[in-house]
Amino acid sequence: MKGFTWRMVVICLILGGLVVLVIACRGGPVQPTSAPTGPAAEVTATPVVKPEEPKLAEVLHVYNWSEYIEPQVYKDFEAEFGVRVIEDTFASNEELLAKLQAGATGYDVIVPSDYMVKIMIAQGLLAELNYENLPNIVNIDPKFADPPYDPGMVHCVPYLWGTTGIGYNTEVFEEPPDSWAYLFDPEIAAQYAGKFTMLNDSRESIGAALKYLGYSLNSTSEEELMKARDLLIQQKQWVYAYDSEQFEDLISADETVMAHGWSGDIFMAAAEDERIWYAIPKEGSTIWADNLCIPKTAPNKYTAEVFINYLLRPEVAAANSNFTWYASPNAAATEFIDPEILNEPAIYPPPEVMAKLEWIEDVGEATPLYERFWTEVKAAGP
Amino acid sequence: MAVQPRSRRETWRLLFLISPSLFWLIIFFLIPLLLVFAISFGQRGIYGGVRWDLTLRNYVRFFDPLYLRIFYRTVIIALMTTILCLIIGYPQAYFIATRRPRWRNAFLLLLMIPFWTNFLIRTYAWLLLLRDQGFINTFWTSGLHGFLLRLAEMIPLPIWDALLRATSTPLPLFGTDGAIIAGLVYDWLPEMILPCYAAIERLDYSLVEAAQDLYANRFKTFTRVILPLTMPGIVAGSVLVFIPSLGAYVVPDLLGGAKSIMIGNVIYSQFMAVRDYPFGSAISFVIMVVMLVGSLIYFRMGSEGSR
Repeated sequence: MKGFTWRMVVICLILGGLVVLVIACRGGPVQPTSAPTGPAAEVTATPVVKPEEPKLAEVLHVYNWSEYIEPQVYKDFEAEFGVRVIEDTFASNEELLAKLQAGATGYDVIVPSDYMVKIMIAQGLLAELNYENLPNIVNIDPKFADPPYDPGMVHCVPYLWGTTGIGYNTEVFEEPPDSWAYLFDPEIAAQYAGKFTMLNDSRESIGAALKYLGYSLNSTSEEELMKARDLLIQQKQWVYAYDSEQFEDLISADETVMAHGWSGDIFMAAAEDERIWYAIPKEGSTIWADNLCIPKTAPNKYTAEVFINYLLRPEVAAANSNFTWYASPNAAATEFIDPEILNEPAIYPPPEVMAKLEWIEDVGEATPLYERFWTEVKAAGP
Repeated sequence: MAVQPRSRRETWRLLFLISPSLFWLIIFFLIPLLLVFAISFGQRGIYGGVRWDLTLRNYVRFFDPLYLRIFYRTVIIALMTTILCLIIGYPQAYFIATRRPRWRNAFLLLLMIPFWTNFLIRTYAWLLLLRDQGFINTFWTSGLHGFLLRLAEMIPLPIWDALLRATSTPLPLFGTDGAIIAGLVYDWLPEMILPCYAAIERLDYSLVEAAQDLYANRFKTFTRVILPLTMPGIVAGSVLVFIPSLGAYVVPDLLGGAKSIMIGNVIYSQFMAVRDYPFGSAISFVIMVVMLVGSLIYFRMGSEGSR
């Protein structure tokens, strides 16, 4: 009996060792292959040896959000360059990341949001852009030319941008709720008790509270964060739910009348339910952008760059803005954008609000602090 | 174990036969568990990776009052879920087990049918029931309210005022601990019914008759004979309900409106939002140990109770 169990232990160890070996072997070759394709090799190679005139591929695979590009743009690009564009769509940044991490290859152009760009760069999933093929980059507004998630636009070009703010039911509000006071001021928020949602996201919700208090939403000061936490705890009694997935549907279903949410989701709901509209709080808020990037695994990098350069043309960028009702980071496109969109303060905020918009940046050592305070808000009970 | 010493050959044969499950356990249980254990001593890297500066800090952090309070709340919710499952499930199991065999299978099938639907969809269905504009509250604020209004017109009584006031606003169902418990009970009820059913079905009914012959009344028969004999089923069912309830994180987010937090949500956010794998691993490990010790004591109690 004793020998029997000992033998089993030995076998367990051998099996375990084998598994570790298998994992180690799988992990091994990844590094050497990723090193030569790394950014350094590419950048140094291009100026020294003039490459042969690259050829356009026959087909270009674009992985995009659904209904996020004017369909005519694809047709015009096909007519002009003879490249057939095949589009595949995703519903969330996480889905896009999961696809790429699972080893999906064949996509030439992808459209991740800002924070996902940062993660993808850190994971080495994105190729560096060759700006020789992107002369139209000069059209990009200088405000967007050096985003914190990808300084110097090394890996990606901003495509369209939006904000975090307040979605609302226009039948309930005669004036747009264009201030965080609607969500945080005890006198106003209490009137809408049980009728609004906050994003279930530590950075966004604490960020909103910080903005209401007049601080930066990337604050790393413990004192400021504590004040924001106390504000959120005070507000909790009036909150219907913390929700990042269906806040726009909840307005549509008359469960709520206001939602702290992303402009894109709200405008998408507004397309189906005309009672819904969106306001950017005048105290300032989060700005975000979706970006055109090329995965390292892209089979047709040159064609992808030609396509991105095409999207940077003023008329084309404007056409996409007019189709999606998102703001364009393309300064040259402004004159071609529908005045109705340009004059909509919920899409193009006035300069004084624009100046108060902030990117969500990595707060480094303060990240666990945000999460801790957010947990405290969640754990605070009636 | 009363196993006779075996020959070498037989040992190898046995080992060969159990190798698939052994392999499975090692790859999908032992190795991940060891990984979790190892990571729990690391530290969060700035970009969310694991820094291998060994520390006990993550375990110390768990014993912060904030997390202990959340853990306590979680245990209370899981306990309530288990008790409710038992109260609802045991009589149902008893009912099914005492039917004729043909009917038993039909009832068991009926019990299982709702669970062919995906867990998330079933939870969303509860959302539609419990919301302010959901089925229950629509009935409450328009159906019942209207009915009471008409009734009040016909028969003037002072009690209508209070009832009308109560039905004029929706019941606070969504976003409460009650909603979370309702969702959990619904999700895990079969896990309670099936083991109880198995225990009750095996019950030797002649013992019940013997108790009655010896002048035990119905209540005594139940507490002194039926309950102790079916205790193993109750124990197994309780563990099967309690453990997943303790780890719940989707139900509190959906039905609780993410307004109350369970320990599962803390672990989830450590992995998905903060990417603090070491702390998430440490919480998981502490809970695993607590659960293991708890279940062992509980099983021991249960098996003694049935003797």
